[in-house]
Amino acid sequence: MSTQQQEPESQESPQDPEMKGTESPQQRRLREKQEGMVEDQAEKETEVEGETVHLKVFRYDPEVADKQEPRFDDFHVPFEKGMTVLDAVMYARDEFDSSLTFRHSCRQAVCGSDAFFVNGKQRLGCKTQISDLQQPVRIEPLPHQEVVKDLVVDMDHFYDQMHAVEPYFQNDDTPDSSDLEEQRQSRENREKVKMSTRCIWCGACMSSCNIAAGDNEYLGPAAINKAYKFAMDDREPEDVKEHRLRILEQEHGVWRCQTQFSCTDVCPKDIPLTEHIQELKREAVKKNLKFW
Amino acid sequence: MSQSYNRGLIEDFGRWKEFSAGMWAWIFHKFTGWMLIGYLFTHIAVLSSAIAAANGETMMLAGEQVNAYTGTIQGLEGLFIVRILEVGLLAVAVFHILNGIRLLMVDLGIGLTAQDKSFYASLVLTGAITVASVPTFLSGVGL
Repeated sequence: MSTQQQEPESQESPQDPEMKGTESPQQRRLREKQEGMVEDQAEKETEVEGETVHLKVFRYDPEVADKQEPRFDDFHVPFEKGMTVLDAVMYARDEFDSSLTFRHSCRQAVCGSDAFFVNGKQRLGCKTQISDLQQPVRIEPLPHQEVVKDLVVDMDHFYDQMHAVEPYFQNDDTPDSSDLEEQRQSRENREKVKMSTRCIWCGACMSSCNIAAGDNEYLGPAAINKAYKFAMDDREPEDVKEHRLRILEQEHGVWRCQTQFSCTDVCPKDIPLTEHIQELKREAVKKNLKFW
Repeated sequence: MSQSYNRGLIEDFGRWKEFSAGMWAWIFHKFTGWMLIGYLFTHIAVLSSAIAAANGETMMLAGEQVNAYTGTIQGLEGLFIVRILEVGLLAVAVFHILNGIRLLMVDLGIGLTAQDKSFYASLVLTGAITVASVPTFLSGVGL
């Protein structure tokens, strides 16, 4: 429970663009040394010509005069078995162009930093195998979010929408301390919200959503899914659930969803987003239907 | 962070080749919906000739004196292009109905994992019904 409450902070900190620039002198020396070594290696390798991956990476940097016009850079990265899109762009950055900028952290589809637009689909870089993709692999920043630099997009709006649904557990009735310290959830209830808890705030769904693109106020699939997690939690009292549904049933809430299934198609954690949104629509109707 | 780059609309309909089933279903549903609304307006115009017929107005059609309503309908049905448009109208209406049923199921939370298959099924059924209707719609009309 407590880990879920902290999620916003822990997810946001690696997104801080300031962190990319900082590098201790020791790290810099180590990197330069490594680069020198790799350059020698690379020269040898070019003679061998192993299997390479052709990447086309979107480049844009508003702070450098020559790079203000968006363009695609080509990289030919040596292929390794099990190589992911993230591995490939990291290799391109480390070996070819250190100015190539993108967010990444855990490399295991947990932190949700490296959602890219790969070959026309929102995917998680670290979860997408190069071998599954057609070459050249076109890597772009997420659509419908403004590009800050290269593959880095502005996530502020996404986080605003996530916070708008009050993504934290709300229950004033703490259990009797003599009885239980924890607020236990039944297994059935846990099973019901299980898939919705898997959200890693990567923003792929919001980026794929055609409605969210045209309506900036729309909460978006990720935020509604987050609300689903708490609205369906049995431990929250009835009035809190009603409060949650009041947020969701507004004009730019659940009713904006037009069931294109774009979000469900791209979700790297396979969350049935459309299903959750539809269920909340039904809950909202049920709340307002009175037969007496 | 002083500036950021907005790629505009190329992100949407410029990428139509990469659209998934659900997206196509949404586009077709919108399109057929607007077509049906457009049809309803022309439908009102044609049916309003019944008012003229009720007032006893008549018109000449193929050398015969008929009432205004019959004359309008028969005159339109005698045109090849109108028959073609009727086939199109049937296709549009059938798809809208079938996809509407699909969306109803989606709203009820039934078979959401098969939503792409149900879209393809409604497309195939629409095609089949449209083709089957061609002899009926195009009989007895010359080019």
